Amino acid sequence: MPKAKIYVTFKDGVLDPQGTTVKRALDKMGYKNIEEVMIGKYIEVQIKGTDKKQIEKEIDEICDKLLANPNIEKYTFKVE
Amino acid sequence: MKFGIIVFPGSNCDRDCLWAVEEMKQKGEFVWHDSKSVANYDALILPGGFSYGDYLRSGAIARFARVMDSVKTFADKGKPVIGICNGFQILLEAGLLPGAMLTNKTLKFICKYVNLSVENNTSPFTNKCEKGQILRVPIAHKEGNYFCDDTLLETLLANKQVAFRYCDEKGKINAETNPNGAVYNIAGITNKKGNVLGLMPHPERAMKETLGSTDGKIIFESVISYLKKR
Repeated sequence: MPKAKIYVTFKDGVLDPQGTTVKRALDKMGYKNIEEVMIGKYIEVQIKGTDKKQIEKEIDEICDKLLANPNIEKYTFKVE
Repeated sequence: MKFGIIVFPGSNCDRDCLWAVEEMKQKGEFVWHDSKSVANYDALILPGGFSYGDYLRSGAIARFARVMDSVKTFADKGKPVIGICNGFQILLEAGLLPGAMLTNKTLKFICKYVNLSVENNTSPFTNKCEKGQILRVPIAHKEGNYFCDDTLLETLLANKQVAFRYCDEKGKINAETNPNGAVYNIAGITNKKGNVLGLMPHPERAMKETLGSTDGKIIFESVISYLKKR
């Protein structure tokens, strides 16, 4: 069955308190090369169907309606 | 006046809201999230809690509950709707209010009394307040860091949609009096029409001296006064 691998991340300019805190911890641990840390979500969806275009359309729709909040988040996905 | 209090799986301030309504000598009823109609109420409250376990994002799943269609119709008719804490988050996710919530900048659940400055005293929820009046009301949340971009903030200000801002006991508003990192110290906003209010603080927990404050009452008094004049 096709599987969609979905990544939901914050839009540029939206504060990510978790990422900021992890970045600070890494700084304290001595990792000097870390420029930025962003924490997002990874979601897997198993979906019925054979038409890849149709599947992508449906996944895009559910990302937009539920899995991501377009006010603060963006998403990317790939169907395998 | 009859208040409908919407109950989602995971709501936990529903009983407090009913108690607050009854404390104001008004009628209140619970409305299950699966209900089809809310037409017979004068005002609606979406209470605090953790609807659907706060899964995905706070309020993200509750907005698809069946009752939300009738909540939208109710709001479109200009009737008053209050979302408190998780209720505010649900109204944002449902698009009944603009913007979104982020995790508190401290990453901690904050449960404490805060001071609020009344920014707009012409709304159905604040008409009994003086402009700049300071209300002492508790907050209890982890996702109360209100976010909007600069353009939206300008719109909110132009339309007088900012209802409450976090301040100190003297009304001073700055980064130190901002408990969660919210843009412009925003604690509560209304929609453009002014009949939908979302706020993170819990007025229903500030109704009696024994609870530490009675300042929450003025919000209920304002709604009741608004409904009587309507």
